[in-house]
Amino acid sequence: MNVHSTSPEFKQNAARALNDSQLQKALGNVKQGFIDKRRMAADKLPEFEALRDSARDIKNHTLEHLDLYLEAYEEKVKASGGHVHFARDAAEARDIILTICREAGAKTVTKGKSMISEEIGINHHLEAHGIRPVETDLGEYIIQLRNELPSHIIAPAVHLNATQVEEDFRRVHTHLDAKRDLSEPVQLLTEARAVLRERFLAADVGITGANFLVAETGTSIIVTNEGNGDLTQILPKTHIVLASLEKLVPTLEDVSQLLRVLARSATGQELSVYTTFSTGPRRSTDADGPENYHVVLIDNGRSAMLGTSFEEMLRCIRCGACMNHCPVYHAVGGHAYGWVYPGPMGAVLTPSLIGVDKAGHLPNASTFCGRCESVCPVRIPLPKLMRHWREREFERHLTPATVRSGLQFWGFFAKRPALYRLATRAAMGALALAGRQRGRFSWLPMAKGWTKYRDFPAPQGETFQARWKRERKGASA
Amino acid sequence: MSARDEIFANIRRSLGVNGSEKIRQQMVADRLERSPKGVIPQRGQVSGAERLALFKTMVETSLATVTEVSAPAEVPQSIALFLRNHNLPATLRMGDDPRLNAMPWSETTLEIAQGPSEGRDLNAVSHAFGGIAESGTLAMVSGHENPSTLNFLPDNHIIVVSAKDIASDYEAVWNRIRFAYGKGTMPRTVNWITGPSRSGDIEQTLLLGAHGPRRLHVVVVRD
Repeated sequence: MNVHSTSPEFKQNAARALNDSQLQKALGNVKQGFIDKRRMAADKLPEFEALRDSARDIKNHTLEHLDLYLEAYEEKVKASGGHVHFARDAAEARDIILTICREAGAKTVTKGKSMISEEIGINHHLEAHGIRPVETDLGEYIIQLRNELPSHIIAPAVHLNATQVEEDFRRVHTHLDAKRDLSEPVQLLTEARAVLRERFLAADVGITGANFLVAETGTSIIVTNEGNGDLTQILPKTHIVLASLEKLVPTLEDVSQLLRVLARSATGQELSVYTTFSTGPRRSTDADGPENYHVVLIDNGRSAMLGTSFEEMLRCIRCGACMNHCPVYHAVGGHAYGWVYPGPMGAVLTPSLIGVDKAGHLPNASTFCGRCESVCPVRIPLPKLMRHWREREFERHLTPATVRSGLQFWGFFAKRPALYRLATRAAMGALALAGRQRGRFSWLPMAKGWTKYRDFPAPQGETFQARWKRERKGASA
Repeated sequence: MSARDEIFANIRRSLGVNGSEKIRQQMVADRLERSPKGVIPQRGQVSGAERLALFKTMVETSLATVTEVSAPAEVPQSIALFLRNHNLPATLRMGDDPRLNAMPWSETTLEIAQGPSEGRDLNAVSHAFGGIAESGTLAMVSGHENPSTLNFLPDNHIIVVSAKDIASDYEAVWNRIRFAYGKGTMPRTVNWITGPSRSGDIEQTLLLGAHGPRRLHVVVVRD
């Protein structure tokens, strides 16, 4: 069982999000910041497009040979003194993690930011068994205080404003002076730094995700800007790495290619501040670092995606560029998607992981504008994959009856061009006549969904096809 | 069937393979052995003074500061000056890197502590394994010489790097690591550091000093 999903209620979620003024204010930050920064970073590197091709090819090659690279990786981790655990699903992963924590006698566990840990719902599981998980990424820490899911894969608290964070800190950090000034974001950051520093030093186990795993050396890699992931993994006695199967890449050279596109696509940085390569537990020559090193490799639906058209989704390196450029995400934010992964990548991945019967609304929440694909560093054809889900939804009769009959009605005409031209000409002519005074309609039969929110402009009387024909003729004459 | 076996069986069924195909095995073994380079940006492919200049520019782009000294013996005075200029206490923690140990710290009034950090240090110095001009990145290798905790716990982190160890690109650093540790073997921790710690998690405003150092200062030693 994965964490609870509200994806089936996407439409209600979206309607609520559109009316949430705090959320709408916060979402303005996504539109402004991320897009320009990515553009500038890409423009500064002439090889950026070639690196995207290279990144795509590395991921494709690895996925095609995933069994063999996994074997090589496992062997290397063992040789460096680490342990590899395999988990078929979320429940199995949770049990493995809990067992390791218990063996370590853990009371407190610090956590670096990890989407797979959200996917398997590890925090609630640890809490239910008397172990306290503490998120240490600032954004994750904030949403943990609010008992929320991340609304963005690299900026988990992007849906919040500073005043909301201030309220949460005052509510939770009751040991601090109630009259302290928290009006500036930097004061919030300083407070979180001080509170979490104590947690870092007290933790018995540190859990991180992995941006990549390297088969050549048995290395796990995390990328952060805050340094929280590093304090999570070098201070406690036990370090647990959680990674889904597709995080694997062959060599250090391969990962260097991917790192060149990751930060640029995500935050527009040349490179994130901390890129850390961890291999096994501390050595006899080390003065610090964890004594135990465990990797939990989680399938949870990935192996079934291989060999299908959705294999391409397994190239995803979780940069967030697709949602940063998505008009639907800009409008409704991440929570409306109802599960762990929002935006275009979530609209493709979520149905694979929790079923198209539950998440069928997500691939429908797209304008197919194609911006997501145009910025994806590993060139995942996201619109095409969303279309695949729509087709499957239709084949499995999950689409609502009104939509199905509407499509059938349209399909009848679309398959008969002469009839289609005749019918559209008649309809456009009638609408032009009916709307010629006001130029728009505030009500139309069978189009309430549209006219409830905005007027429908009255057609000029000529169909698109007729105009196309006329202008082509004019151009060639 | 164990979880491991079932996962491998599922992967192989999905890919339509059995895992013992010679040609696949050969391709994988070959890539792991040769570790082919991909696309290397031209930007870093410069040498000498030009490479050093690019490195310094990129370090500053990452919001760190950088200074240059002409010999290892000048490092302690340079660090003492940096701390004084920022009104920081004259304390410094370090590991037992022989290159740092050989420097004349007694010529300064700095109070030196040795060993890993336990989270209460204001200032620390580490010696880098190398630098990367392409992005202004410092490559740090774990060990008692330069404990990894020094890279993250102090408020102010100073990194000393030899000019001759500044490479054009990441790939050159991997070659040096392989030469030092053996092919397919890594130190426990390699940290690439590009600037001081930061967060944009509150309203996407960039703030320095999230959990790691608030300041990063790089001292390049020409020799």
